[in-house]
Amino acid sequence: MKALRKYLGIVWLLLGPGSILFLAMQAAKKLSMPTSTVNDTLQWSIIIGIFVPIAFGLMIFGWYALQGEYDEAEA
Amino acid sequence: MANLTQPQPNLADVQSPSFNKVIRSVITASSVGTLIEWYDFYIFGSLATIISTQFFPEDKSSAALLSTLAIFAAGFIVRPFGALVFGRLGDIVGRKYTFLLTLLLMGGSTFCIGLIPGYKTIGVAAPILVLILRLIQGLALGGEYGGAATYVAEHSPVGKRGFYTSWIQTTATLGLFLSLGVILGTRSIMGVEKFTEWGWRIPFIVSMLLVVVSVYIRLKMEESPLFSKLKKEGKTSTNPLKESFGKRENLKMVLLALFGAVMGQGVVWYTGQFYAQNFMETVAKIEFGQSRTIMLWAIAFATPFFVVFGWLSDQIGRKWIMLGGMALSILTVRPIYTEVLAITNPANKVEVESKRSVATDLKAIEGTANQIEKTTTIKTFEDGLVMKEVKTDTLYSSGAKALKPVTKVEKVVGSSDNNMLIFLVFIQIIYVTMVYGPIAAFLVEMFPIKIRYTSMSLPYHIGNGVFGGLVPFISTLIIEYTKTPENPAGNPLAGLWYPMGIAAVSLVIGLIYLNNKVDAEVMDNENAYLHHNK
Repeated sequence: MKALRKYLGIVWLLLGPGSILFLAMQAAKKLSMPTSTVNDTLQWSIIIGIFVPIAFGLMIFGWYALQGEYDEAEA
Repeated sequence: MANLTQPQPNLADVQSPSFNKVIRSVITASSVGTLIEWYDFYIFGSLATIISTQFFPEDKSSAALLSTLAIFAAGFIVRPFGALVFGRLGDIVGRKYTFLLTLLLMGGSTFCIGLIPGYKTIGVAAPILVLILRLIQGLALGGEYGGAATYVAEHSPVGKRGFYTSWIQTTATLGLFLSLGVILGTRSIMGVEKFTEWGWRIPFIVSMLLVVVSVYIRLKMEESPLFSKLKKEGKTSTNPLKESFGKRENLKMVLLALFGAVMGQGVVWYTGQFYAQNFMETVAKIEFGQSRTIMLWAIAFATPFFVVFGWLSDQIGRKWIMLGGMALSILTVRPIYTEVLAITNPANKVEVESKRSVATDLKAIEGTANQIEKTTTIKTFEDGLVMKEVKTDTLYSSGAKALKPVTKVEKVVGSSDNNMLIFLVFIQIIYVTMVYGPIAAFLVEMFPIKIRYTSMSLPYHIGNGVFGGLVPFISTLIIEYTKTPENPAGNPLAGLWYPMGIAAVSLVIGLIYLNNKVDAEVMDNENAYLHHNK
C-alpha cells in the first residue's frame, strides 16, 4: 500500500499540467469559434485563472505523495 | 450547570440537561445564521432570470459582462478569497465575532439588492451596484461556513461531533428549500405579473428580518471554549495564512482534504441538488413549477439523512460514508438521468389523440407587412403527461416562413411519474447527505485549533464553490460539444462525465490516502491533526 501511495504520486504530479493543457486547448477551441463573444473570453479567463493554482496544488500533492508524506495513513 | 468554558465537556456534563440546553442553543445559533446565509445566496440564483432583465439587459454589452462577473466571480473567485480573509480573522479574533460579521455582510447586501433601482432608472450604475453586493455576498459566504462548523465542533463532546455538526450541514439544503418556498409562495400570492414587476424584491427584503433575529441569537452566545482557552494562554496564531499554507505538515493535509474528499463531495452535491433541477428544466423540459415542487419534496424527504449520516460517522468513521456516497453517485447517476429522460419522453407513451388541441395566433409586426405566427399544440398522453409545444414562426408578406422557427416545449408529467421523479432526485440527495453530512466533523478534525478556521475553509470553498459550482456550466459545455449536424440536440447525458470524473479521482485519492479514524482530540495539542495520519 505504501508503494502504491508513493508511486501514484507520479500520476497526480502529471495530472496537474495535463489538466492545465486540456483546459487551455478547450478554451482555444471554444474561443476560436466565430460565434464566440467577449463574454466567453471572460468566462474562460476566470475558469483558467482559478483552475491553474488548483492544478499546481495537485502537483504539490503528487510531489508530497512521492516523497512519502502520506505513508502513515491507515485504512 | 454544564461547564462549557472547559475545553472538553466530560461525560457527566454531556448527560446533564443543562449541557443539552447549551449545545442546543449553540447549534441553533449557528445553524439559523448559516441557513439565512445560504438562503441569501440562493435567492439571487433562483431569481437570475428576473434579475438579469432588471439589471443586466442582454442588449447592453457592458451589462452582460457585469452579469457574467456577478455569476462567475461571486461563486468561484470570491468564495475561496472570503475563506482566506474571514478564516484568518476567525483564527486571530475569534469564531463568534467573525461569523457575526459575515452574517451582517450577507444580510446587508441581500437587503440592498432588493432596494436598487433597475437599469431603466439609473443605467449602468444598477448592474455595478448589484455586482459589488454580489461579490460581498460571495465573500461573506466564504467566511461563514468554516466559522459555524468550527464553533459547533469546538462545543461538541467526543463521539458526538459528527452528529452535532451535521445540523450545520442541513442548512445548505434547507436554505435552498427556504428560498424556493419563499419565491414560489410570493409568486403565487402576488401573481406572476406583479412578482416580475416588483414582487421579486420581497424575498431580498425579508432577509433583513431573518438576519436581525439571527444576529440577536448569535450575540448572546459565548466564544468557542477551545478558542477562548487558546487565547487566554496566548497561543493563538499570529499569521494563520502562513501557518496553514506555508508549513508542509499542514499544507499536505489541506491538499488531502481538498483532493481526497471535498472535491468529490462538491460535485456530488451540485449534481444532486442543482444539476438535477437544471436538467429537468432545460433537457427534460419539465414545467417551472413542477420541477421546483419535485425538488422541494425530494429535499424535504432527504434532509433528515444529513443528521443520520453525521451520527453514523461518529459510530463507524467518516471515510467510508463519504466515499460510499461518491461511489454510489458515480455508479448510478447515469442510469438515474437515463430514467428521467425515459419518463419524460413522449415517444415512449401513447397519446390520447381525442384530447389534442391546436391553436394558431397571428400578430402583425409593427411597421412591416410581416406577421408572427404562434402555434400552440397541447398533447395529452395515457399516463397523464401533458406536453405543450409553442412554435413561433415569422410569416413574410411573400408567403415564405422563417428558416428556423423557435419551438418551446413544456411538459407536466402525471402523478405516478411525478412521484418517480421525486424518488430519483431523492436518491441523489441521499448521496449528498452521505458525502456532506460528515464533512464538517471530518474537516474540523484534520486541523489544529489555532489555524482551523483558515485551514478548513479554503478546501471547503474550492471543492464546493469551484468544482461543485462549475457542474452546470461545464456539463452544459460538454453537451454542446456533442452536438453535430446529424444530432443537433447532442448527447444529453454527456454532461455527467464531468461530475463522474471528478468524483472518481477524489474517490481514488480518498480510498488510498485517507484513514477512517475519528479524532478524539479536537481540543487538541498543536499536532492533533497529525493523528489523522497516524
